[in-house]
Amino acid sequence: MLNYILRRLLIALPSLLGISVILFTVLALAPGDPFEDLANNPSVPPEVRMALRAQFGLDDPIWQRYLYWLMNMLRGDWGFSFVSRVDVDKLILQRLPVTIAVIGMSQVLALLVALPVGVLAAVKPYSWFDRIASTIAFVGFSLPTFFTGVLFILFFSIYLGWFPFVYRADLTEVGWHWWWAQFKQSIMPITVLGLFQAASWMRYVRSSVLDVVRLDYVTTARSKGLSERVVINKHVVRNALIPVVTLVALQLPAVFGGAIVTEQIFRIPGIGALLIDAILRNDTPVIMAVTFVFSCLVIFFNLVADLVYGWLDPRISYR
Amino acid sequence: MPTDGVKARPGPPNERARSVSLSPWAEAWRRFKRHRMAFFSLWVLAVLVLAVLLGPLLYKVGINDIDFKARLVEPSARHLMGTDDLGRDLLARVLYGGRISLAVGLAAMLMAVTVGVFIGAIAGISRGWVDTVLMWVTDLFLSLPQLPLLLLLIFLFRDPLKKLLGLEVGIFILIVVVIGGFRWMPVARLVRAQFFSLREKEFVEAARALGASVPRQVVRHILPNSLGPVIVAASIDVAAAIIAESTLSFLGLGFPSDIPTWGRILYDGRDYMDVAAHWALFPGLAIFLTVLSINFVGDGLRDALDPRRVL
Repeated sequence: MLNYILRRLLIALPSLLGISVILFTVLALAPGDPFEDLANNPSVPPEVRMALRAQFGLDDPIWQRYLYWLMNMLRGDWGFSFVSRVDVDKLILQRLPVTIAVIGMSQVLALLVALPVGVLAAVKPYSWFDRIASTIAFVGFSLPTFFTGVLFILFFSIYLGWFPFVYRADLTEVGWHWWWAQFKQSIMPITVLGLFQAASWMRYVRSSVLDVVRLDYVTTARSKGLSERVVINKHVVRNALIPVVTLVALQLPAVFGGAIVTEQIFRIPGIGALLIDAILRNDTPVIMAVTFVFSCLVIFFNLVADLVYGWLDPRISYR
Repeated sequence: MPTDGVKARPGPPNERARSVSLSPWAEAWRRFKRHRMAFFSLWVLAVLVLAVLLGPLLYKVGINDIDFKARLVEPSARHLMGTDDLGRDLLARVLYGGRISLAVGLAAMLMAVTVGVFIGAIAGISRGWVDTVLMWVTDLFLSLPQLPLLLLLIFLFRDPLKKLLGLEVGIFILIVVVIGGFRWMPVARLVRAQFFSLREKEFVEAARALGASVPRQVVRHILPNSLGPVIVAASIDVAAAIIAESTLSFLGLGFPSDIPTWGRILYDGRDYMDVAAHWALFPGLAIFLTVLSINFVGDGLRDALDPRRVL
C-alpha cells in the first residue's frame, strides 16, 4: 500500500512540474508589465525602474527565472506581492480558511442532499418521486451558479431581508452571536454551491445504485430474508458509493474554481477573490502562487480519489 | 404488435411486425423521439435559435439606442423586457447577445471535438510510445486548473489579439480557443477508447485484408462507428461552453462592455437587483433555458445512440 502511494506520488510530481512550466511560460510570454504604471509615473526615474526590474529578476531569460522561482518555492519563499507589499504565502494563508470553510460546508450539504434523494430515486425507478427528483436535478445543474446566487440575493436579502449579502470577515459579535451572524452570512453561498453540486451528484448516485441493485449479491441478501431497508442500507449503498466517492474527490478542484464565481457574487474574501484581484492588477507572484496552489489541489485530489477508490473497493489490488 | 405506424407484413402472428429495417440514423431518431423531454427540448432549442437568428432582423430596435427618459423601465408593452440604466431596450440586447453566446458555444464545441477526435484517433490507432505520449499530454491538460487558467489567458492575451485582429473577431477567437482548448480531453479519451474496441473488429480486419491503408481504415470504417459517444459529449460541450462564456463575462473578463452577451448583461444588471430585477433576470433565464434544453437533448441523444440499451 505504501509502495502504491509512493509510486503514485512519483507520477504526480512530473505532472506538477509540467503544470508549473506551462503556467510560468504563459505568464512570461504575455505582454503586460507590472511596472507599466511605474513607467508612466513621471516622478520615478528610469534608473530606479531598471533597478527594481533587476531586483525582481524581470530581465533574466525565461528559463533562469523559472529555475529561480522553482527553487524559491521549494525553499518556502513564495515571493512578494507587487501590489499588496505583503509576502505571498501570508496573503494566501489569510484567505485560504474562508474559502475552505465555505467549500467544505457546501460539499457536506451537497452530500446530505444528494445521497438520500439519489438512493430513494433509484430504489423506485421511474416512480413519481424519481421523475420529479431527476427533473429538479436537471434544472439544478443547468442553472449557472452566478444566476442562482443573484436570484438568492434578490429573494433572501432584498425581498425578505433575512440574510446580509456582503460577507464580512471582521464580525464584531462575540460568542453565540458570532456563530449566528456567521451562519446568516454564509448560508447563501454554501447553499448556492451545495445545491449545484447536489444536482449533478444525485444523478450519479442514482445510476450507481441502479447498477448495484441488479447484482447477484443483492438478490442473495434478499433471499436470505433480510428486510428491504437493511438490504439497501447495508449492502447496496455502501457498494454504490464507491464510484461516487471517487467522483466527489475528482470534482473538488472544479468546485474550487466554481467558488471563484461565488466569492465574486457574495464578496467573500477568499482565494478566488484574491486570484481575480491579482489578475486584474497584473500581480504576477500572487497569480503564480495561487494558480500553483490550485494545480496542487487538482493533483492532490486525483491522488486521494485513486487511493480512496483502491481502499474502498476490495476487488482492486495494489500491484 | 405493429408499432410506430410501420406496416406489418402478412404472416404468422408471432413474427415481429417491424420487418421494414431502418437506417442507423433513422433508428436513432426513432429512439430519440421516445424520450419526451428531449424531444420537447429540441423544439424549444429550435425556437430559441430561430428567435436569436431572426429576432434582430424583425425587431428593429437598436441595441445601443440610449434613451435617458426611459431608464430602468419595467417590462411593458413598449419594452417587452424592460430597459437598463441607459434606457437601452433589453429584448434587443438579449436577442443580439444570444447570437454571440450561441456562436461561441458552437464554435468552442467544434474546436474541442475536432482537436479531441484528431488526438484520440491518432492515439487510438497507433500503439506504443505515440499513444503514451499523447495520453500523458491529455492527462497534463486535464490536471490544469480550468477556471483560473481561463481567466489568466483571457486577461493576458486580450489586448494583443484585439490589436491584431480587431475588437470583436480577436476576442471571439480568443474565447473560443481558450474554452475549446480545455474541453478536448474527454473527447480524446472517448475516441481512443472507442478505437481500442473497434480496432480488432472483423469489419476492420476485412478492410485491412482488402488492402485498405491505415488512414482509410480509420476515416472510412472506424471513425464513423465511434461517433456515438462523441455526439453526446459534443452536445454537453455546447452547454458547458455557453456557461463558461457567461461566467467569463460575469467576472468582467469576457467580451468588452459594449457587446451585450448574456453573461455581460447579467454582470451589468447585478448591482441594480433591488430596483430593476428584470435587468439581470431575463439574460439569466435565457442562459438557463438554453442550457437546460441542451442538457435534455444530450440526455436523449445518449439514450438514442447507446447500442446497449434496448428501446
